[in-house]
Amino acid sequence: MAPAGVGAPSGSRLADRVFHLLCLAGALTVGLLLLLVLWELIKGSHLSMKTFGWKFFISKTWDPNAGVDGAYGALPFIYGTIVTSIIALVIAVPLSIGTAIYLTDLAPMWLRQPLTSIIEMLAAVPSVIWGLWGIFVLVPVLRTDVYPVLQKILGFLPFFEGPILGVGLLTAGTIVAIMILPIVTSVSREVLRSVPNLQREAAYALGATRWEVTRIAVLSYARRGLMGAAVLGLGRALGETMAVTMVIGNAPNISLSLFDSGDTLASVIANQFPEASGVMLSSLFELGLVLLGVTILVNILAQIMIHALTTAETRRVA
Amino acid sequence: MIVASANHRFRKFKSLAMNSLCIACALLVILPLVVILFYLVKMGASSLNLAFFTNLPQAPNQPGSGMANAIAGTLELLLLASFVGVPAGILGGIYLSEYGGERMNRWIRFWADVLNGVPSIVWGMLSYALVVIRMKAFSAWAGGLALGFIMLPLVLRTTEEVLVLVPRSYREAALALGLPQWKTIMRIVLPTALRGIVTGILLAMGRIAGETAPLLFTALGNDYWNHNLSGPIAALPLQIFKYAISAYDDWHRQAWAGALVLVALTFILSIGVRLFSRGRFQKST
Repeated sequence: MAPAGVGAPSGSRLADRVFHLLCLAGALTVGLLLLLVLWELIKGSHLSMKTFGWKFFISKTWDPNAGVDGAYGALPFIYGTIVTSIIALVIAVPLSIGTAIYLTDLAPMWLRQPLTSIIEMLAAVPSVIWGLWGIFVLVPVLRTDVYPVLQKILGFLPFFEGPILGVGLLTAGTIVAIMILPIVTSVSREVLRSVPNLQREAAYALGATRWEVTRIAVLSYARRGLMGAAVLGLGRALGETMAVTMVIGNAPNISLSLFDSGDTLASVIANQFPEASGVMLSSLFELGLVLLGVTILVNILAQIMIHALTTAETRRVA
Repeated sequence: MIVASANHRFRKFKSLAMNSLCIACALLVILPLVVILFYLVKMGASSLNLAFFTNLPQAPNQPGSGMANAIAGTLELLLLASFVGVPAGILGGIYLSEYGGERMNRWIRFWADVLNGVPSIVWGMLSYALVVIRMKAFSAWAGGLALGFIMLPLVLRTTEEVLVLVPRSYREAALALGLPQWKTIMRIVLPTALRGIVTGILLAMGRIAGETAPLLFTALGNDYWNHNLSGPIAALPLQIFKYAISAYDDWHRQAWAGALVLVALTFILSIGVRLFSRGRFQKST
């Protein structure tokens, strides 16, 4: 048998080069896909940009029946997206960080892996099923048992005024919170695990209690990475679609009351895209473009914050 | 002997309180999973029967209604998505592990992670613009393409992760025997890591099996059998969505049954596969 590398050098060198280029092409599809989606969404929203210009972002009306082509503005959806995401973060981030601390510093060794797997299972539950559960289990409970109590205690605030529908911004935010728990928890756990044990030992040696070790040695060291985890959670919260669509009430409102129904960028696209055409379709494309742009920026920020810590860490160890 | 001062006692107490709070957080995080599994079994199991797996959807309150076409549709869409996401993902993963320089790799990983964070509904819009508008019809092709876009960065990252676990000496031995690099990769590196790569693909399938948003205006859904990939096709998550927002109790029951089947499918793909592959990963490090 002839040795391949020596016997047929030119043939196999060509094959090598072709294979190399093929792999490079595979790797570059990642960037190309991003450019492609940006390009297609910009193209799709051209008509809307031409018709409404910058007014699109400050207009509160979303009405297919206004005038000849209808009038479309993004503000209610931007508002709904921001409000539900903030609610989700307020609920999910403290819970996730607490869980991550438990998983890395407190839980008995034998419990850590099973617990982590259980939290991964939470991430495997599809969005539409959270929505189903939201409609038939969560919404009735919140409407009859939780929201009236909340209104009684905090009703003097404008956020908890008005009629209680069950569906609405607060319900959507709660569901999104549940859905981002796994990712925020697992990234927080990675971040806390990258804190060197030397930090902890030093604090213990100074006589710190268990919690003081966590606060002084671990949390302050990992603060930036934990913020990165929260920002990553924000990125997921902004784009959460199905569960939100099913429990938010789907009305282009801008209301201070969190009990009121609303709509997010993703939920209005999910609801109205299939039947849309003309200016309306183009406006929905522009909403998609806004959503894409914001999530890309948020994700870039999150990656930078998380990796800044981990690379600094590897440098220290090396 | 140390005398426990009031301050010391307070610090001890505070530590205990905060640690208990962390335990409470962990319990609260697990609670939704317990609750949703409870409801899925309670509401779903009673509506599951053989007809559910063999029959087509019927009008509300008709007996013998099923989701056979939706289950088949979901499997077809997973297959189509794999044709899009798997080859490019594996080739990209090979590039990262075998060819790319440090700088280039960092950029590609970075963009793959950013891509991973793009909302799934946006991929539906891209597929709509590329396929549905051109073909002037909703189709299985469009649905599969949208899911394939989601799959690509996932497969790329997991492929890279398992390829770097293949010992360097394997590659050196093959190259020393005169094998060209592409053959070294195809005959030595890939087969060694095959189990890990397949695991990664199945995990990615588990991720996309429950995706609904990108299918809403690409695959669209269908109440009948459809064997034409250029036409609308049913999918389990779409059927669940349609039934969940309907006004009929009978359809709600079926939505729960469908949800139970869908969760079982995603759990088998994501958890079962992980357990199955665990031993191998540790051995190869």
